[in-house]
Amino acid sequence: MHAYRPRTPAQINDDLLHFVVRTPRWFWFAAGGLGAVVGAGVVAEALMVLAGLQLLGLTNTVMWAVLITNFIFWVGISHAGVMVSAILRLTQAEWRRPITRAAEVLAVFALVTASLFPLIHTGRVWRTAYWVFPYDFARNVWPNVRSALIWDPSAIVTYLLGTTLFVYAGLIPDLAVARDRTTGWRHWLYGAAALGFRGTTRQWRLQHAAGMLFSALILAVFISVHSIVAWDLSMALVPGWHTTILAPYFVIGAVHSGVAGVVTTMVVLRRILRVADYITLEHFDAIGRLQIVVALAYLFFFLSDFSFALFERDALEVRIWELRLITPPTNVLFLLQVLATLIIPVPFWLFRRFRRSVAAMFWTSIAVNIGMWLERYILVVTPLSFKQPFVFTWVTTYEPRPVEYVFTVASVALVALGVLVFAKLLPIVPVWEQQESQVVHQEVAAGRARLPAVIRE
Amino acid sequence: MNSAQTRLLGIYRDAPAAAGAMEQLRAAGFRGRDLEVLTGTMYPAGAFGEEPVRHRLFVYPLAGAACGFAAGLLLTIGTQLSYPLVTGGKPLLSLPPMINVLYEGTLLGAILLTFLGVLFESRLPDFSPTPYDPRITEGYVGVLVTCPAERVSQAARVLRDAGAIDVIGAGAGAEGGSPAPRGVEPAGGEQG
Repeated sequence: MHAYRPRTPAQINDDLLHFVVRTPRWFWFAAGGLGAVVGAGVVAEALMVLAGLQLLGLTNTVMWAVLITNFIFWVGISHAGVMVSAILRLTQAEWRRPITRAAEVLAVFALVTASLFPLIHTGRVWRTAYWVFPYDFARNVWPNVRSALIWDPSAIVTYLLGTTLFVYAGLIPDLAVARDRTTGWRHWLYGAAALGFRGTTRQWRLQHAAGMLFSALILAVFISVHSIVAWDLSMALVPGWHTTILAPYFVIGAVHSGVAGVVTTMVVLRRILRVADYITLEHFDAIGRLQIVVALAYLFFFLSDFSFALFERDALEVRIWELRLITPPTNVLFLLQVLATLIIPVPFWLFRRFRRSVAAMFWTSIAVNIGMWLERYILVVTPLSFKQPFVFTWVTTYEPRPVEYVFTVASVALVALGVLVFAKLLPIVPVWEQQESQVVHQEVAAGRARLPAVIRE
Repeated sequence: MNSAQTRLLGIYRDAPAAAGAMEQLRAAGFRGRDLEVLTGTMYPAGAFGEEPVRHRLFVYPLAGAACGFAAGLLLTIGTQLSYPLVTGGKPLLSLPPMINVLYEGTLLGAILLTFLGVLFESRLPDFSPTPYDPRITEGYVGVLVTCPAERVSQAARVLRDAGAIDVIGAGAGAEGGSPAPRGVEPAGGEQG
């Protein structure tokens, strides 16, 4: 289905390295604006260090809220980025070529952002360090690996390292291209990062094998990490959380939000890097079809979670669902979630015309991610609202405070800034993969028509 | 590389010309293992008649997984037994939580060693002074010949006869000459 447009390697280099070698004025405005929003997040963190958790709207029962929601949301976004890239690589889908690196880079910055939130959530971060270090290794006391809170860092460190190495391994040939097209200190820097890559047959064979191996390994990590994040909640004996379905539900929710995140990134990059010839309407069409499948799988788990909870007839479970379905303002958020993740976007994606509309894909992907953030928020906050009180001064009503809004907006800016700066310094659309697509394409005759065929080893 | 060996790089406009050069070099008595093709992107195996690439990359993730699993065992069993503190009446060594850490440790080991394996098997990093030309990443194809000093002139002649637009390296003699494309440094540099 992917249309083939012949281009010379020099043209591809010109098109895809244009933004790397030349800096348009808007870049400084965009980076400055995003940096200012990130700066607001830094100020909020400074206030948290000074004043502690009282700046948040946390209550006796709702002790996990927006910050943990942000953590789960960004881990989810990071997952589908790599999933999209790895699955498309393993299946050798031709349309993967322009979008894999953007998806992987989005994953890296989303994961870095996510990993900040558990630290921010502790309030006075330096106190956390004080509690943890120096650990009493001298007396053979080690962290308790039976705690779910140890699984999380082990999974996230594995995933972050794996994703970063995955990106770097695939980037080496493009660093060599950048080395060959730059001079001065940039030539030296790209040359050092390219490790002396010259494009021998051996290096290309290894590049291919590495892509396959990393994809297979990273998929195994991807499934485990969001399952473990789900177990942060479901291992606790809290009604609404304590359910076996939570891990696959989280994974499919992560894929849903992550694919939408990839679409948003594709639209933005297509626009700002002027690579409409590379990220084409066919790519949006293909990923739109993928989104339909993912959304329906998400719907299955969503309905399962709902029906299991009500089928138990557990009083607390029923109350949690009453809060979600009937009690304002949570019911409004719940309605928005269902509208934004399922009811509005899926009918659009069913039609080829909308899948090939960049604007429709952009706005539906934004809607999905707003909806998925609300889903995480409702999932974290509502079960905690019904924890059994121990004292009569128990406060259950949670409302986010300004600092929490600032952190949320700053996290979006941080991810966007990371992707933007990456795109400025390094080719975010893989140059060598585009050149390879020119090599492996041949045209075959079908009657009087000539159709693109792809040859493979 | 043996110190008496010299490297020559012939630059060709396209893949068929480079494949022809490989054929002529072999016909002139140069061994397949002394010939390398440099390209700006991946070509299907055998596109230049080059020798098949043998590597052991698939061993690395297995070795890494074994190391990672061992490290996971040390972390889960070793740390709990070194200070046997029972918490919540749970067994010191409980498989379900251990599996998570073991799984992540195994995969982390596999990923780290795969990465090192990719570099090692690709012979990277390689900053040795080797003939190279930036035009290779512009779509030109390089044919690199490693030969004894006494055969340099023969190799250069074969490369040129096969249609090389440039021959780079010590003893290459007079170079053909087409100007480097836009945005590319002058040909003939050594990378390193």
